[in-house]
Amino acid sequence: MKQLGYEIVESIAIAIEQVYEHRMRSLLTALGVMIGIIAVTLMGSAIRGIDVGFTSNLSILGMNTFYLEKWPWKDVGDNWIQYRNRPPIPASYSEKLNNSILSTENSSLIIAVPMVKNRRKISKDDRNIQGVEIIGTNADYPLVDNAEIELGRFLSEVEVLRGRNVVVLGHEVAASLFPEDLEESIGAYVNIQDIKYKVTGVYKKQGSVLGIGNFDKNVLMPLPSMRKFFVSKRYHSATIKIQKKEEASFEDATDEITGAVRLIRGLKPGQKDNFSINQSTAVAEEIAPVKRGIAIAGFGITGLALFVGAIGIMNITFVSVQERTKEIGTRRAIGARKRAILIQFLMEANMICLIGGIIGVFISFLIKLVLQRFIPEFPLIMSGQLILVAMLVSVLTGIGSGIAPAWKASRLDPAEALRHE
Amino acid sequence: MNSPVIEIVGVKKIYDLGETEVRALNGVDLQIVENDYMAIMGPSGSGKSTMMNLLGCLDTPSEGQYLFAGEDVAEMTDDELADIRNRRIGFVFQSFNLLAKATTLRNVELPLVYAGLHPDTRRERAKEALVKVGLSDRMTHRPNELSGGQRQRVAIARALVNKPSILLADEPTGNLDSKTGEEIMALFDQLHQLGNTIILVTHEDDIAMHAKRCVRLRDGIVESDKKI
Ligand SMILES: Nc1ncnc2c1ncn2[C@@H]1O[C@H](COP(=O)(O)OP(=O)(O)OP(=O)(O)O)[C@@H](O)[C@H]1O
Ligand SMILES: [Mg+2]
Repeated sequence: MKQLGYEIVESIAIAIEQVYEHRMRSLLTALGVMIGIIAVTLMGSAIRGIDVGFTSNLSILGMNTFYLEKWPWKDVGDNWIQYRNRPPIPASYSEKLNNSILSTENSSLIIAVPMVKNRRKISKDDRNIQGVEIIGTNADYPLVDNAEIELGRFLSEVEVLRGRNVVVLGHEVAASLFPEDLEESIGAYVNIQDIKYKVTGVYKKQGSVLGIGNFDKNVLMPLPSMRKFFVSKRYHSATIKIQKKEEASFEDATDEITGAVRLIRGLKPGQKDNFSINQSTAVAEEIAPVKRGIAIAGFGITGLALFVGAIGIMNITFVSVQERTKEIGTRRAIGARKRAILIQFLMEANMICLIGGIIGVFISFLIKLVLQRFIPEFPLIMSGQLILVAMLVSVLTGIGSGIAPAWKASRLDPAEALRHE
Repeated sequence: MNSPVIEIVGVKKIYDLGETEVRALNGVDLQIVENDYMAIMGPSGSGKSTMMNLLGCLDTPSEGQYLFAGEDVAEMTDDELADIRNRRIGFVFQSFNLLAKATTLRNVELPLVYAGLHPDTRRERAKEALVKVGLSDRMTHRPNELSGGQRQRVAIARALVNKPSILLADEPTGNLDSKTGEEIMALFDQLHQLGNTIILVTHEDDIAMHAKRCVRLRDGIVESDKKI
């Protein structure tokens, strides 16, 4: 056992010596493993990043939140006509739903809140932002939303009732319009469509993950004030945001909403639902194929690169065995067992792979830094676990590529090997 | 008379080359007792190196029996043979066979690595061996920084380091000039005096004269076996 230990230490020393002596050759041979490890670490980082990003997305969208809408969030494909012909969802459904919640015993739901959306330009003096999402809602909105107010307050009951011209700004909107001092925004006036709105509050920064909506770019105002100016004529479809009770199941909640809306719409038992109840988990379904795509591409590149790399290392190790046949004979003559020779060449192949792996992880880290600098929305998370996996993969590649030449070296006839020049 | 450490009976080594076969050894009987000092001579191709490889447990006979310290080598596993080479036999080669990149000290230490000794013990024993061959001032040199005679001394130190009783040397002076060769032989004489069994192959009568016994091979058989 002790002997084996010393043999391993010796083989590490030899491997380092050899790799150092043939550093150019070793480095070139390690290239395949390097690329493989870069592929596997970046893939892992991306998948992990998407997962984490998705979880935070879930919390922004709301874990217990449903969105009653005309359109589903999933890809409708060729059926879009069927969806387009659905009747719009009026904002007044929120009140009807709230009545239904109140009259339902043990309701799974807490509250429904209307949201009417519209994109507009918003400006303050000579600063302006295009395409800001204006959301008209009521004072109950904070009950269905996790976002926190950073400055000021949300819209009040009275402001909503009277249809006052007041707004709550998303963080990014406020920061762009009041770049010097965010605090200046409270009580100040901003312009939307030439109408002045008084700012009552500013949201905390939420961030956007995976580019799914940017909640920092929203502006909220009382629904009546919005109606007056933007969407009075066109019959606009609203979104009803519904919060379920924490302890209620998703199924019960969905059933309750479906039942209530069908009742409001007077649908007969045989008729299909002509509305969609969307939920943040639907985003998961959207993301799954993306993750799968990354995984397939990543595994493909990794597998190919590691395979090519392993062949290269196997080849170079065979060359090394050939070059050092006499040395093998000498070692055997002074008492090295077969296993010592096997370990020696296995270690040599492994050393090349490990160097490839370490450089690969290092380069992945640099790529990650550069990507995050220039495309911050692209989520990459490189965990210690992932680096460990990468190292394990390099070691396995090393064993895989070294085993054949090492076996050959250990089986050489000592007397023959000594005759080798 | 003590019992032989090495005893070979009717040993043949036949290389099968497909069409033809080479009988490198064609029925050799030999007994070597402890503290023997034996020279093996003979024309080129007569089987001297083949014999040395067999004696050194690097190779096994095609036919016949080899008893090492009374035990049949044919029954030993590869690892057991490796251990015999490591502990009981020291090899010295014509072309030294040192690791080119390693220092003198590391070269000499090498057998002890395979013996499973602690690095400190290895270092100590390697230094002792280098003192014995008169090279204590060359510990950190690499082979290419040493003369031929010095390299052969390093090789002898390596052969000695695990305190084997038998030294096998295949033309140890073959690559050296005669003066250096004499120095190396003086070292062997000294080791013989200290109790080692020494078997060496040589082409030169002067070198063979150092031994106490001379075996002549021809065409794979023992032609003569004389005391000197
Ligand atoms: N591996 C081998 N395959 C085939 N033939 C071999 C092999 N090894 C040795 N021989 C043959 O066996 C014979 C004896 O070889 P050996 O090396 O023992 O001779 P030697 O006495 O040491 O010669 P020299 O004085 O030139 O070193 C030679 O004819 C050689 O060609
Ligand atoms: Mg020979």
